[in-house]
Amino acid sequence: MTDSTKTLERLATSDYQYGFVTDIEQETVAPGLNEDVIRLISAKKEEPDWLLEWRLTAFRHWLTQQQPQWARVHYPPIDYQAISYYAAPKQKGDGPKSLDEIDPELRRTYEKLGIPLAEQAILAGVAVDAVFDSVSVATSYKGKLAELGIVFCSFSEAVREHSALVRQYLGSVVPYRDNYYATLNSSVFSDGSFVYIPPGVRCPMELSTYFRINASNTGQFERTLIIAAEGAYVSYLEGCTAPQRDENQLHAAVVELIALDNATIKYSTVQNWYPGDAKGRGGIYNFVTKRGLCKGHDSRISWTQVETGSAITWKYPSCILRGENSVGEFYSVAITRDYQQADTGTKMIHIGKNTRSTIVSKGISAGHGQNAYRGLVKIMPTAENARNHSQCDSLLMGDQCGAHTFPYIEVQNPSAQVAHEASTSKISEDQLFYCRQRGISTENAVSLIVNGFCKEVFKELPMEFAVEAQKLIELKLEGSVG
Amino acid sequence: MLEIRNLYATVEGREILNGIDLIIRPGETHAIMGPNGSGKSTLANVIAGREGYVVTGGEIRFDGKNLLEMDPETRACEGVFLAFQYPVEIPGVANLYFLKAAVNAVRKYRGESPVDAMDFWDLVHERMELVKMDESMLKRSVNEGFSGGEKKRNEVFQMAVLQPRFAVMDETDSGLDIDALKVVADGVNALRNPERGFLVITHYQRLLDYIVPDYVHVLVNGRIARSGGKELALELEQQGYALYNEEPGRARRAA
Ligand SMILES: Nc1ncnc2c1ncn2[C@@H]1O[C@H](COP(=O)(O)OP(=O)(O)O)[C@@H](O)[C@H]1O
Ligand SMILES: [Mg+2]
Repeated sequence: MTDSTKTLERLATSDYQYGFVTDIEQETVAPGLNEDVIRLISAKKEEPDWLLEWRLTAFRHWLTQQQPQWARVHYPPIDYQAISYYAAPKQKGDGPKSLDEIDPELRRTYEKLGIPLAEQAILAGVAVDAVFDSVSVATSYKGKLAELGIVFCSFSEAVREHSALVRQYLGSVVPYRDNYYATLNSSVFSDGSFVYIPPGVRCPMELSTYFRINASNTGQFERTLIIAAEGAYVSYLEGCTAPQRDENQLHAAVVELIALDNATIKYSTVQNWYPGDAKGRGGIYNFVTKRGLCKGHDSRISWTQVETGSAITWKYPSCILRGENSVGEFYSVAITRDYQQADTGTKMIHIGKNTRSTIVSKGISAGHGQNAYRGLVKIMPTAENARNHSQCDSLLMGDQCGAHTFPYIEVQNPSAQVAHEASTSKISEDQLFYCRQRGISTENAVSLIVNGFCKEVFKELPMEFAVEAQKLIELKLEGSVG
Repeated sequence: MLEIRNLYATVEGREILNGIDLIIRPGETHAIMGPNGSGKSTLANVIAGREGYVVTGGEIRFDGKNLLEMDPETRACEGVFLAFQYPVEIPGVANLYFLKAAVNAVRKYRGESPVDAMDFWDLVHERMELVKMDESMLKRSVNEGFSGGEKKRNEVFQMAVLQPRFAVMDETDSGLDIDALKVVADGVNALRNPERGFLVITHYQRLLDYIVPDYVHVLVNGRIARSGGKELALELEQQGYALYNEEPGRARRAA
């Protein structure tokens, strides 16, 4: 083995930076899942009857379902009765009214994570909603947004304050029957974010949610609903971390996006859940359903994701292109190392005329990491002149990792133009030597080359996020140099 | 500044360099000529420290320091530059960004702070003119989709920005038309100074009309068969290398 291959392998094993646990009093519901638990969650959130009924219907359906087996990921059976379905930081009285009232320990956690909750948020022009385990702990910058008629709040609050909107759209893109994990989420979801951008309003700042799993033995089931009315624009960012624990933890979120006529939603994720240790112990099971509906004509939904964490990632942010001339985009970087597994991709369902979709997927595998791209491009008979371009590139670091591409294409309208390109490459010795000859160390050369590989995706991210993503990838590849 | 003494090297178990002696003093430009496969690129790679090129005997000193002990990036930071015969493509990494990373790596090695953005910009623009490079090349990915000539020009441009103390140019002339050749030669000549040494590897005498060397060496079967002044290049042009090829078996013993 050459020196640079050795360095590559060493780079592929480094430590998780966000593995600390916050020592905070938690209110946790005993493990187990039954109708009583669901009633309890619903009661804690003072939900209306229709929502409880919806949860129960989903739960009854879930009981009839089997865990899906088709993804290229492997894990022992999950004991759903061993998971606690609700955990919340204990709070006195009614809960925080302003940012100052948030538990200082919690704020320190977010500071450690580099999350700009309050003043920093305002300076940075980022409005943050932070979800800690099951509840949304703070939503900054709310007043300013309210002046524009923008609603950005926790899902629970939306259920109370904007019940009609929630009722109209909840489950309209991801029905409770959609898939095993979405059904589970529909029964037990605890909190999440809600966004509504009124007609003609361009949201003046990036909206951001930060998810954190802290409690042990809990699942996180958040639910996010974003609605962009006619002509509205919003860019939404989502980041996630979790403490380092030996047991696996389940994260099964559902995100629904709705774009009406001429509306645009950009949804960016930097996912850095705890990936497990170098031997593959522990880590988050990230089983997420994300889907956007381009409901109106000339609407646009763009997913950008940088997936670096989790023991297993199973997610397919998708677009249903119903409106004429609507556009769906999916830009993804997924990096796996050690024993991480990722099965990710997208579905672009073309229904309306002149609908267009773009898929750019970059998979990086190191160590024993396994990375699968799974994508579906479906052109329905009604989708006259639909166009899709897909590009799936894989980068392998070392020879024990794997990359797999499963593109499914279904064309039911002859006017469609669908193009798929795929490539698999390695960081070559020649590239490394070229960089080193210019004075750049192997380690920096690797991150330079990897960042170059990811560039088409990174350039879709908002500026600060792109920098963060780049740093994350560097950290991910950085070894304990010695 | 560069002293090569009795250097032997193998590639994949095959003996390629068979006892090379070469001394380059500051300010000198040496040319190495020789038939294909004689070991010219191997010598360049050994100087730069590429993996897979195993030194089995002899030594290389750079300003008295043992070059062979250093890893490639340290050699680069010490001021050794190699203009590659076949520059590699690095997709997605902008040329300018790459150069800045290189400049800062060298500065860090010297204990200097990262280059000031404006200073860097000025330097880059000045050097771009030197090799008549178009500004659009800065934004393009390193060597990606560059023509052969653009790649070679980019090597000289990088050299001009990094300002190494010693540069090896491996067939920077091959594949260039006469105009590009002149541009490359002008770039190199502009960098020649009493402190800087050059080792110019070429297959053709043509380049040496523009980069006039102080010494010319003929490399055959991994040894320097003859050394002389610039007139040796002309002689080679007329007589070819056949004269030196009396022992074809020597370096070509199969492993
Ligand atoms: N990386 C390599 N792997 C195997 N053989 C090599 C390698 N590099 C050079 N050689 C061999 O070494 C000999 C000298 O090659 P090289 O130094 O490239 O010659 P030149 O540059 O003078 O044309 C040739 O026989 C070539 O096949
Ligand atoms: Mg050569």
